[in-house]
Amino acid sequence: MKDFALLLERLAFTPSRNAKLQILQHYLERTPDPDRGYAFAALTGDLKLRAVTPGLLRGLVAERFDEQLFALSYDFVGDLAETIALIWDGEPVGDLPLTDAVHLLETTGKAGLPSAIAGVLDRLGPSERLAFLKLATGNLRIGLSGRLARTALAQMGEPTLDDIEEVWHGLKPPYPEVFAWVTGGPRPDRAALAPFRPVMLSTPTDLEELRALDPAEHVAEWKWDGIRVQAVSEGGVRRLYSRTGEDVSGAFPDLIDEMTWEGAVDGELLVRRQGEVASFNELQQRLNRKTVSRALLESHPAGLRVYDLLIWNGEDLRPRPLMDRRAVLEAADFRSDRIDISRLLPFGTWDDLAALRADPPDAVIEGVMIKRRDAAYVGGRPRGPWFKWKRDPRVVDAVMMYAQRGHGKRSGFYSDFTFGLWSGADLVPVGKAYFGFTDEELRELDRFVRNNTTERFGPVRAVAPKLVVEVAFEGVNRSTRHKSGVAMRFPRVARIRWDKPVAEADRLETLEAMIDAPNVFAADAARAGTRHGRTKRAGGEDEPGAARPRAPAGYLGTEDGEGEPPKGSR
Amino acid sequence: MRADDFLYPTDAGLYCPAGDFFIDPVRPVPRALITHGHGDHARAGHGAVMATRQTLDIMAIRYGEDFCETRQVADGAARVGGVEVSFHPAGHVLGSAQIRLACDKGPVIVVSGDYCRTPNPVCAPWEPVPCDIFVTEATFGLPVFKHPDPAAEMAKLLASMAEFPDRAHLIGAYALGKAQRVMALLRAAGYDRPIHLHGAIQRLTDYHVEQGVDLGDLLPATTPKEIEGQVVIAPPSAFASPWVQRFRDPVISFASGWMAVRARARQRGVELPLVISDHVDWPQLTQTLTELRPDEVWVTHGAEEALVRWCALNQLRARPLRLVGYDEDEE
Repeated sequence: MKDFALLLERLAFTPSRNAKLQILQHYLERTPDPDRGYAFAALTGDLKLRAVTPGLLRGLVAERFDEQLFALSYDFVGDLAETIALIWDGEPVGDLPLTDAVHLLETTGKAGLPSAIAGVLDRLGPSERLAFLKLATGNLRIGLSGRLARTALAQMGEPTLDDIEEVWHGLKPPYPEVFAWVTGGPRPDRAALAPFRPVMLSTPTDLEELRALDPAEHVAEWKWDGIRVQAVSEGGVRRLYSRTGEDVSGAFPDLIDEMTWEGAVDGELLVRRQGEVASFNELQQRLNRKTVSRALLESHPAGLRVYDLLIWNGEDLRPRPLMDRRAVLEAADFRSDRIDISRLLPFGTWDDLAALRADPPDAVIEGVMIKRRDAAYVGGRPRGPWFKWKRDPRVVDAVMMYAQRGHGKRSGFYSDFTFGLWSGADLVPVGKAYFGFTDEELRELDRFVRNNTTERFGPVRAVAPKLVVEVAFEGVNRSTRHKSGVAMRFPRVARIRWDKPVAEADRLETLEAMIDAPNVFAADAARAGTRHGRTKRAGGEDEPGAARPRAPAGYLGTEDGEGEPPKGSR
Repeated sequence: MRADDFLYPTDAGLYCPAGDFFIDPVRPVPRALITHGHGDHARAGHGAVMATRQTLDIMAIRYGEDFCETRQVADGAARVGGVEVSFHPAGHVLGSAQIRLACDKGPVIVVSGDYCRTPNPVCAPWEPVPCDIFVTEATFGLPVFKHPDPAAEMAKLLASMAEFPDRAHLIGAYALGKAQRVMALLRAAGYDRPIHLHGAIQRLTDYHVEQGVDLGDLLPATTPKEIEGQVVIAPPSAFASPWVQRFRDPVISFASGWMAVRARARQRGVELPLVISDHVDWPQLTQTLTELRPDEVWVTHGAEEALVRWCALNQLRARPLRLVGYDEDEE
């Protein structure tokens, strides 16, 4: 655990990619199996342990520490696991090998977990306590992708990164065969049928950047607001992967049934009824499920819009230019009315494309994708061949109603704001935003909050309705969970309107008019959307303004899923 | 008279009317007693200043010989008006002292200044001074602060230098005390190559050497080609200046008790945080209060709220002294 803790600490503070690689490579070289394999899997998020919940940790804390002293400490430190690691009174006794820690978390039953965790914390030093808690909560936050970690593996020996990626899927931690291979042993057999292949990702762009490119060298398609998936059907084995390689077949049996062809295809997962594409909000209800009810399968049928072929009838098309792959795609027969192909948009100039983007034929389109005609299919996010040009965010002018103190770097600053819109003569809270402003603006907002506080609720202050803020967001859905009946997706502060009188802020009806589509399952959807969001803080359950609407990013990973803020946000 | 008639906070700092003097005043006053030479405690422009010889020397180095009108070396007990005043080692930086005030017909008050109980090779160790009222700092007054063994932090630095042998390791450390402590810790860890110094810490480091602190071979950090892969010690402010541009891909390190909290280290863009503090941590703070067991604890700069809460839980009378003007980051 000592070496693993040191590794996590070094990686967490090291900004440079190359230095990270070097630190990881050195660790992997000098650490024996199976510890290094478990460490590797923990870093890349592939170690599936019983997730210890924040609630369990809070329970441990409540038994041992004065509530007020803990709350003051947490407020300063800003991270629950870190606060516990620092505040815990433990005496390091020997060292707990990482493998033993993993086995303990794998084998301990739910009832025994709290005392088992406390027992481990008692005999570790502070850095090891933090490493253990991060392992147990499955939240390492190291900023190390699986691909980068495998790059470190590739640096250890002969096999190249591509060699490793091809055999990777289906291998299980602690990967003894891979470490044997990179240190001179035999190449492992590809373990899985219908493996996942690294997905090609795009970079954001805008009209100004596009003008430097030749439109004739590019094609464009609608960017649908669904979930990016890789559908693989090979030798009778069918799997549906998220773009990060997570197997999500279990949630979409209706689509799996339709995959009667032979190949690996890249496309957008959508809910479709009689050819009509449903909103992302409706698709959300199909997510996060191990099994799906018959009723849901009928009310929310899944479909696939294919935009690329990686493998088709046994042939690896990835090295071939996009237009060659498209020719095969357009000639392919998917033998299903749930599967169709993404059509190319006709355009001659970037301004033509801008006009199309400005007026899409369907509400579930969130922009356009632009791809180079001659580009091979390359895993990762190469800059250049693929671009996304998303629609401009929607905005409302809202009034600041509440503010909550931030944590960590923002400790002591009021940085999380709840906004409201007019409904009759009253303001109704419609959402929260906690980024989109500069550090200097944060200081001004903090000053405004302190000078205009009307009431205090723990870390939250009610603020006199004096300040209008332009809030940008990606979309809006009905929600029974919010007092206002609406929930914004990915709201953030676009501009602070110091100049604008509050009476001129927008009305709730304005926001309601932007709702993508009516939805009977809204409550479920709101829950699915926040389940994987940021851990709630102390007292968070009682916050005015209720839930924190978030992009449903983390889960299956939409194209924008990796915590990348939308263009235009700061 | 009540205890807080003998010593109370004012806009200029902590004031003792019986002796008509201030302790560590933040603006110019006729008579000042100074606990130690850090800039937020020791300022220029007072009339008469009483402090330890080393603190007076340090103030003269920082502000020039004319930093005050008259100075008096604290040496044994001295009378100032109706108060017997004495200075006792605080273990914080070279010359640092706690100030004991025995007021005629009044309580014995000890003002800790900043203090540290971890052995520090560059200054005299902290001494317990029995008192009725203990005025304690609370810079690290939260139970999350348990400073690790400084030797373990040095081991981290040496491991990083082994991992990245071609990169200069730039350690941010405050010019008075921390910088010299890091040098002494490096020597204690067996590091015997020259240590390179930023110009701003040269004079205070020279003064430590004059006072008998052995810091080994020290060189100015002026010849960048030769200092790749070496240790360079600089004041943290230097990291925001173009001075850093002379180093190719340096490892930025910072020696401070705040580095125990990751968000603080990230905020400063530190790649190699070293948790080395010249202040008491939470166990030492609470141990000190338990051992001294004064009638009353007054808590000054830092996390007053948590320490006052701990005192309440441990049946100690305590209250926060809301002093202004001290920089808790000066560590």
